[in-house]
Amino acid sequence: MSKYSKNINKKQIRIALRNCGIIDPEIIEEYIARDGYHALGEVLTRQTPEETIELMKASGLRGRGGAGFPAGLKWDFARKNEADQKYVVCNADEGDPGAFMDRSILEGDPHSVLEAMAIVGRCIGSDMGYIYIRAEYPLAIARLKIAIEQAREYGLLGKDILGSGFNFDIDLKYGAGAFVCGEETALIHSMEGERGEPTLKPPFPAESGYMGKPTNVNNVETLANVPVIILKGAEWFSSIGTESSKGTKVFALAGKINNVGLIEVPMGTTLREVIFEIGGGIKDGKKFKAAQTGGPSGGCLTEKHLDTPIDYENLVANGSMMGSGGMIVMDEDDCMVSIARFYLDFTVEESCGKCAPCRIGNKRLHELLQRICEGKGEESDLVRLRNLGEVIKDTSLCGLGQSSPNPVLSTMDNFPEEYLSHVVDKKCTSGVCTDLLEYFIVEENCIGCTACARACPVGCISGERKEPHLINPDTCIKCGACMEKCKFDAVILK
Amino acid sequence: MSSVKIELRQDQVDKIHSICDSFGNQEGELINVLHKCQSTFGYLPAEVQEVISEKMEMPAAKVYGVVTFYSFFTMIPKGKHPISICTGTACYVRGAETVLNEFKKQLEIEVGETCEDGIFSLSCLRCVGACGLAPVVQVGDKTYGRVAPDDVKGIIEAYTG
Repeated sequence: MSKYSKNINKKQIRIALRNCGIIDPEIIEEYIARDGYHALGEVLTRQTPEETIELMKASGLRGRGGAGFPAGLKWDFARKNEADQKYVVCNADEGDPGAFMDRSILEGDPHSVLEAMAIVGRCIGSDMGYIYIRAEYPLAIARLKIAIEQAREYGLLGKDILGSGFNFDIDLKYGAGAFVCGEETALIHSMEGERGEPTLKPPFPAESGYMGKPTNVNNVETLANVPVIILKGAEWFSSIGTESSKGTKVFALAGKINNVGLIEVPMGTTLREVIFEIGGGIKDGKKFKAAQTGGPSGGCLTEKHLDTPIDYENLVANGSMMGSGGMIVMDEDDCMVSIARFYLDFTVEESCGKCAPCRIGNKRLHELLQRICEGKGEESDLVRLRNLGEVIKDTSLCGLGQSSPNPVLSTMDNFPEEYLSHVVDKKCTSGVCTDLLEYFIVEENCIGCTACARACPVGCISGERKEPHLINPDTCIKCGACMEKCKFDAVILK
Repeated sequence: MSSVKIELRQDQVDKIHSICDSFGNQEGELINVLHKCQSTFGYLPAEVQEVISEKMEMPAAKVYGVVTFYSFFTMIPKGKHPISICTGTACYVRGAETVLNEFKKQLEIEVGETCEDGIFSLSCLRCVGACGLAPVVQVGDKTYGRVAPDDVKGIIEAYTG
């Protein structure tokens, strides 16, 4: 155990991750022994669906997939829409790079998701559930299959569950690698075997979803919270967290941080507590620069946000968003312009191409950033970036486009000087954008052997024999010949 | 579609037919059918798509549309040992790009290509959810964590030596 282990556990409350790493996920008895399927029994025998929905509303549980829509309200909509068939869908298309809480829950505690789906089924009046899962998660798929089989054997899925007359079964649907399929309308089209393109809401899936029937879509982590809330009550759950964001949130800590991995903290925990107490601080004693939350839809939080309590509202107010809970920590060696370009690279590739603002706009945003990283940017490009970003946000069809400029806009807000130094001084202070770097001779290492000066094709290196040499940056063509020739590591890029 | 025409043997056509049948030839099961076919053939060439479209009674354009939409499906045959480099954010921040460049240099192929001898193919993927091990490289089913550019040569040699 590391010296940070005490702090790792002190600030955490495990609700969604309560069984991960504790039970054997392939043995249903172990889940049952930890109150598994008791909530389903409670819902089926002692509560009406209306009562269960009221309880969920009172608990304040909000969607953990990103947007934070109240779960109880969503169920209520699906319940009120009359239809001969309704569906429960679990969104396990965890496409946000850097987030892996859903995978961990599905691999470590698959029954909690199955139980919650049956509870949702009871509440909205559905007898069929689907888990839409990424094909990239083979272990999670295998464990889910085992769990479904065991639950059927125990009569916890299938016909007449626990003798209540309620029928519910679950099947798997596979994704095939498309980030946009995390958006619920796109996900539903993908389930139907189509291209995963989103459609305008309304109609919401609660009215017309899978096969045109009312469909309730919840994310894995949201569902994992449900059985505990039913057993421990709405009051208990809503006592954890902040005014508007109740309960806990799982974050995937990654990047330049000492303790990498999943953590579950009460809503309202500050970034400082997460990074410096639980996360054990920045790797190699470097300086904290930013934490990126919300993946390609989110933004950066910086030093000035360290003491802001993390909840849905505060993150949005600071130009980021909760997203699915990926938290990538960056240090002084990371260039924010190139990070923004990295995210745009992702968005451009993952845009489904249906609407023009997202398809064309993001491409242009990416080109602008590429130019800036290559040292060909102008100051007016910064105005263009901002204007274009705002238009894309306002006019895109779905959540992907509406949030894709966030990484650009938020880094521009928080690190304006870095953008300026890229376009005005043509310098990348973090030393990441290679096109902006200059060759430089370290005086202490140079013995004056003249090898570099002789190799230089443009003759921009001057200096006497046995004296430190100097590169003239104005005439240097950055060919790197000097660096290759130097045997004393005196030539560096900076 | 692809420029090289391949000839499907009768048993291969039968195999595709039986996959389609196992999903009831239902339009809504197209993605599952494609998953099965890709795991059987290793990739989804135009000819396979045509057989699926005929069998499931849907336009070939629709099958092609779905195949090209999802990054998991490929129309280019993968190498015997497909190499995938995770370029998710955590891996990127921890230097996935330098690792990727080293693979390109050593194998002399670009992303999405397969070596001439068919042993390796190179692709990028978005987050395998193993961010704690960043940067991550997968060769077939084997996962390598905390890969540095200096490790690349050794990884390749493990499959050729």
